[in-house]
Amino acid sequence: MSGILLLEQLLNSLQFGLMLFLLAAGLTLVFGIMDLINLAHGSLYMIGAYLVATIAAASGSFWIGLAGGVAASAVLGAVLECTVVRRLYQRDHLSQVLGTFALLLMANEGVRMIWGSQPLMMPMPAGLSGPVELLPGFSYPAYRLLIIGAGLAVALLLYVLVTRTRLGMQVRAGASNREMAQAMGADVRRLFTLLFAFGAALCAVAGGMLGPLLAVQVGMGESILILAFVVIVIGGIGSIRGALVGALLVGLVDTAGRTVVPMLFELLMGPAAADNAGPAVASILIYVLMAAVLFWKPRGLFPARG
Amino acid sequence: MHASLRFMTAAVAAASLSAGAAQAADAVKVGLLTTLSGPGAALGIDIRDGFELAVKQAGGTLGGLKADVIVADDQLSPDAAKQTADRLLKRDRVDFMTGIVFSNIMLAVGQPVFQSKTFYISANAGPSQYAGAQCNPYFFSASYQNDTMDEAAGKVVQDRGFKKVALIAPNYPAGKDHLAGFKRFYKGEIVMEDYTQLNQLDYGAELSKLRASQADAVFIFLPGGLGVNFIKQFVGAGLNQNMKLFAPGFSGDEDVIRAVGEPMLGLFNTSQWAHDMDNAANKRFVADFEKAYGRLPTMYASQGYDAARLIDGAVRKVNGNLKDKDALRKALESAPFESVRGAFRFDANHYPIQDYYLREVVKDAQGRVTNKLVGRVLENHADAYVGECKMPS
Repeated sequence: MSGILLLEQLLNSLQFGLMLFLLAAGLTLVFGIMDLINLAHGSLYMIGAYLVATIAAASGSFWIGLAGGVAASAVLGAVLECTVVRRLYQRDHLSQVLGTFALLLMANEGVRMIWGSQPLMMPMPAGLSGPVELLPGFSYPAYRLLIIGAGLAVALLLYVLVTRTRLGMQVRAGASNREMAQAMGADVRRLFTLLFAFGAALCAVAGGMLGPLLAVQVGMGESILILAFVVIVIGGIGSIRGALVGALLVGLVDTAGRTVVPMLFELLMGPAAADNAGPAVASILIYVLMAAVLFWKPRGLFPARG
Repeated sequence: MHASLRFMTAAVAAASLSAGAAQAADAVKVGLLTTLSGPGAALGIDIRDGFELAVKQAGGTLGGLKADVIVADDQLSPDAAKQTADRLLKRDRVDFMTGIVFSNIMLAVGQPVFQSKTFYISANAGPSQYAGAQCNPYFFSASYQNDTMDEAAGKVVQDRGFKKVALIAPNYPAGKDHLAGFKRFYKGEIVMEDYTQLNQLDYGAELSKLRASQADAVFIFLPGGLGVNFIKQFVGAGLNQNMKLFAPGFSGDEDVIRAVGEPMLGLFNTSQWAHDMDNAANKRFVADFEKAYGRLPTMYASQGYDAARLIDGAVRKVNGNLKDKDALRKALESAPFESVRGAFRFDANHYPIQDYYLREVVKDAQGRVTNKLVGRVLENHADAYVGECKMPS
């Protein structure tokens, strides 16, 4: 494998990992701090993408669409938390799974009723639709670079927010011991609403940023939700740092699985066997990673609770 | 007294029953089982809309009988589809079934339909099984056999002199079938053959490999959302400047175009039909479809429409007598309708012998991104499996 291809695949894995991180960050906070299994997290991602696409189409600007869609999703998240999700905190996990699964089904059908079942079109922002030459002979899609940049910026923002602000302190306190945090006077009700809205906003950032790369369609949330769950299980539930590391690991392993594994198999077993076994192994590789992490570190790489 | 009355009633009932057998039915019942929810819903909706348009044009009739079309959702789940098919067959006692989009659903539903001696008119799914060894007297395809569009694409790529071709398809049986179809007609070098995951979102790794492979043409079989994702990312990576992208018709139809937009321009795809085909039946279909639904019809809609027109023609030919299955089968086999794709007849395996065309995605006179008919690729083309079919009579 040439150096340029290797570099390109590294960027690919970074981009894929960061996009997973945007989703996993919200999910891990909600799961870790509110102790809520939220299957509707993927629906927030879908609704975010639809809102961004719609506002972008109406305003003619991708950036206005992104800002508007993210704000609208945050509001939607807050409303959802106050009306429905709040009632699920005291219930056991099974009720939460059932309740949020109902939300997921309603979101899918609701989106279909409003926008129809055809995937929505979402063009790339002008000027970023082509590739840029990073090194002589090495060009990379400009838009994917933007996703990498946005992912890193959000990661940095989260880091500052969680480690340097009062709100972040409460979040960390809530994650490691909720009852104690409440006892120390943290307004958990307000914190939860804020967190849920923030998670929804992150979903919309992910959905909106990925809209020009992926099909904006009903059910888009489910396929990515599974990966987001894998990420937070690997990283450790409730830990932002774990989500980042987990997401990057999943991105790396997935990309390597699709590029290195088939080549390795071809070398070892010949092209015919590689054609059959390569894709199969590549598709289970991240789950093997998850199983390995669970075996050696059952609480994930960076467990939030001691 | 009481006993004789009962005898009389029974005799009258028997008489009317036997008379009914010889006479025409008073309505034709069609079970339209298709995918109406989930990611594949857009395809099923187009089949349904195309079918219903044909019924509407005929004033709510099929073959001169009142048409009773029962629409049901298969939820893209073989189990749910089987249950719903049972309901349509046993409770509603439909005369025809149609509508299924996906081949795996078709294979799950096929047996119960055939066992109940109900005719199935396929408006999309064309599995190789039913074209070859498992061909069935109760199955008719008003669409295509799965491999044929890929064969047409293979021929175009071969004829246009491309030397290095990359192939991408999802890693499941149909994916390998479709690429096999392409390779049946393309004889040049294949520099890359990748099988991706069925639910893959990001094609960054494949695109990088594609760039390194220096292929001059790429053929993809990526149905539905997979194709949308791939084409967007392919153009975003700037690869459309170095290589030509080819696909079977379902990756280049109006539904994908609406989702992708301008990056679709220049995509070549092959199909047995195009919305700008110049024949009277097609012009009427496209104009009425646009008027009724406010969008251009897809290939799926054209197949739904043709399935209804085929039922209409066959029912008319047997004068509405739906009881005589052999006569009805012979009527269906003669394909007594004007297809929107022009010439159409059935092969021994009840799959069509028809022409396949090349379409290119362009901007039309009104500035819409849409398909334009380029030309004919394969003439009177039969599928590769018909030889394995021993149709029981």
